[in-house]
Amino acid sequence: MKKGNSAIDPAQVRRRSQLAEIWRNFRKNKGAMIGLILIIIIITIGATVSFWIDYDKIVAMNIRERLQPPSAEHWFGTDEMGRDLFWRVLYGTRYSIAVGFVAVMVSLAIGIPVGAVAGYFGGKIENLIMRGADIFAAVPGVLMAMVIVAILGANVFNLMLAIGIAAVPGFIRTTRAAVLTVKNEEYIEAIRALGKSEPYIIARHVLPNCLSPIIVRVTLRIAGAIISASSLSFLGLGIEAPLPEWGALLNGGNKFVMTHPYLTIFPGLAIMITVLAFNLVGDGLRDAMDPKLKR
Amino acid sequence: MSEITMNSNAREDSLVLDIRNLTIHYVMEDATVEAVNGIDIQLEKGKILGIVGETGAGKTSVCLSILNLIPDPPGVIKSGEIYINGKNILTASPKEMNRIRGKEVAMIFQDPMSSLNPVLTVGDQIAEAIKIHAHCSDHEAWDRAEKMLEMVGIPKERMAEYPHQFSGGMKQRVVIAIALSCSPALLLADEPTTALDVTIQAQILNMMERLKGQLNTSMLFVTHDLGIVAEICDEVAVMYAGRIIERGTLVDVFNHTKHPYTEGLFNSLPNIEDRKSELKPIPGLMPDPTKLPAGCAFAPRCPYARPECIDTPQTERSFSDTHRVMCSAYNDPSFKIEREEID
Repeated sequence: MKKGNSAIDPAQVRRRSQLAEIWRNFRKNKGAMIGLILIIIIITIGATVSFWIDYDKIVAMNIRERLQPPSAEHWFGTDEMGRDLFWRVLYGTRYSIAVGFVAVMVSLAIGIPVGAVAGYFGGKIENLIMRGADIFAAVPGVLMAMVIVAILGANVFNLMLAIGIAAVPGFIRTTRAAVLTVKNEEYIEAIRALGKSEPYIIARHVLPNCLSPIIVRVTLRIAGAIISASSLSFLGLGIEAPLPEWGALLNGGNKFVMTHPYLTIFPGLAIMITVLAFNLVGDGLRDAMDPKLKR
Repeated sequence: MSEITMNSNAREDSLVLDIRNLTIHYVMEDATVEAVNGIDIQLEKGKILGIVGETGAGKTSVCLSILNLIPDPPGVIKSGEIYINGKNILTASPKEMNRIRGKEVAMIFQDPMSSLNPVLTVGDQIAEAIKIHAHCSDHEAWDRAEKMLEMVGIPKERMAEYPHQFSGGMKQRVVIAIALSCSPALLLADEPTTALDVTIQAQILNMMERLKGQLNTSMLFVTHDLGIVAEICDEVAVMYAGRIIERGTLVDVFNHTKHPYTEGLFNSLPNIEDRKSELKPIPGLMPDPTKLPAGCAFAPRCPYARPECIDTPQTERSFSDTHRVMCSAYNDPSFKIEREEID
């Protein structure tokens, strides 16, 4: 890339070797590997499901086959409209994954710059930002998201936005804490002695050294966002029926929980497995990237 | 008369660094640390000035002030002017200051282990330093960075490695390569060899001397090691409690030592020719920099201290054109320290 005269760029090779080291540590962690495989499967399903399942099949009613228990024909049974629950849960992956990722992107886009400014400049700006974040964080995330959805109106996009905004204080704190330790390193002072502007120093030298706690928080937060989305849909504030979001499926099965418990068990399992997978990967990443744990 | 003015002008022009009456305090809520108290430093092009002193004498504060990087708060530059190539940097705007940093003045920090960014390759970091001041393409900066790395004795194949793959001495070479990448007129070296072991120290010192010859850089060499001073410095300034108490050429200070504190520093060194003799450390500690005495700050530890040393401020006196000492005891014409003069 930079040198151009050699076919293989040694810089790229070395970069990969550092990633390879994290990968080697990560691979030793069995739980994290199971989580990773699950995530790959879940994301693949989420990304492709709309191509191989006809949306009509998900929403079309078939009253004659309503509320059937799990069988060879309907693996997870059917709901009160006679729709196949297996296909609906599968299709719901799409929404849950999308909500998880987009919500975290929203949190990152706000949390990282604000947290970095608070940590790097300190003083009054920091006080203002951090006390604001404290007030914000005093309201439980789901409640905050409910308020935002109630104000903006319930649809998929607002749901993602609300869940993302509700998690911003956590990202501000994580970023600030990491920036605080990095900004006092001698190499930051050394680059200032070379005459670079503050925004450049933050973007190129401070933030790249803060990535590991942020990456870990991202994986854990994706899990949290999926739960929040399901909770809000369950409460009727998120994605509404007939869209097969997992929380909405739970909500739909709620009425029949005594007579047809499989209607709540299967969507619940889907949420549980997805969240577990992201948490396992998050924990594994944290361990793999922690230099103190290196053997 | 006119000839004299011309001469002094010529001397002023050749000054890379001219610090006048610099005072730096760190103002805290409950105390004020008087780190640097009215010092003057003049450094000519191509010369190396060694600043010697104990921990806390204000050496690092002087270095940071030359880059206008004194942490503020709590640091306050109370008075003084700092001219770099005739430009007063204390009145420069932040933009001008960023142009001076790295280009005209560069600094080597004390600890090579922590002065490189761990997530960027060594080559990226040198190339970045070049790109800050020379407006050239990435490709050109990379080529020049390769040359810098080879100049400090590291093969260019290692450009793509990360700092953690380098040993301490090699990291310090990289740090020096970064500092010299824009051929600064003045290099501030803040104890550049303190964190290294002696064999590497010698290599680094030789290399710095060679590079100084190649690039004609002036250097401010901060250290507490008198051996290193003897090795590479042209001039020496001895700092104590924020003041320069003795200054002169290497010969002035080493062979015609005048100040009792400088004598104390020499006496604290082991002598290989007389291993039976006891080391004579300077008794006591440096005074609390928040409560400096009215008189000589060294008086409480000084074996020659007289009553007037304690409460009258010292004045600087000249022993030759280059040799100046701050010690009131020389008011008595018969006063001499024990250390013998060497001719």
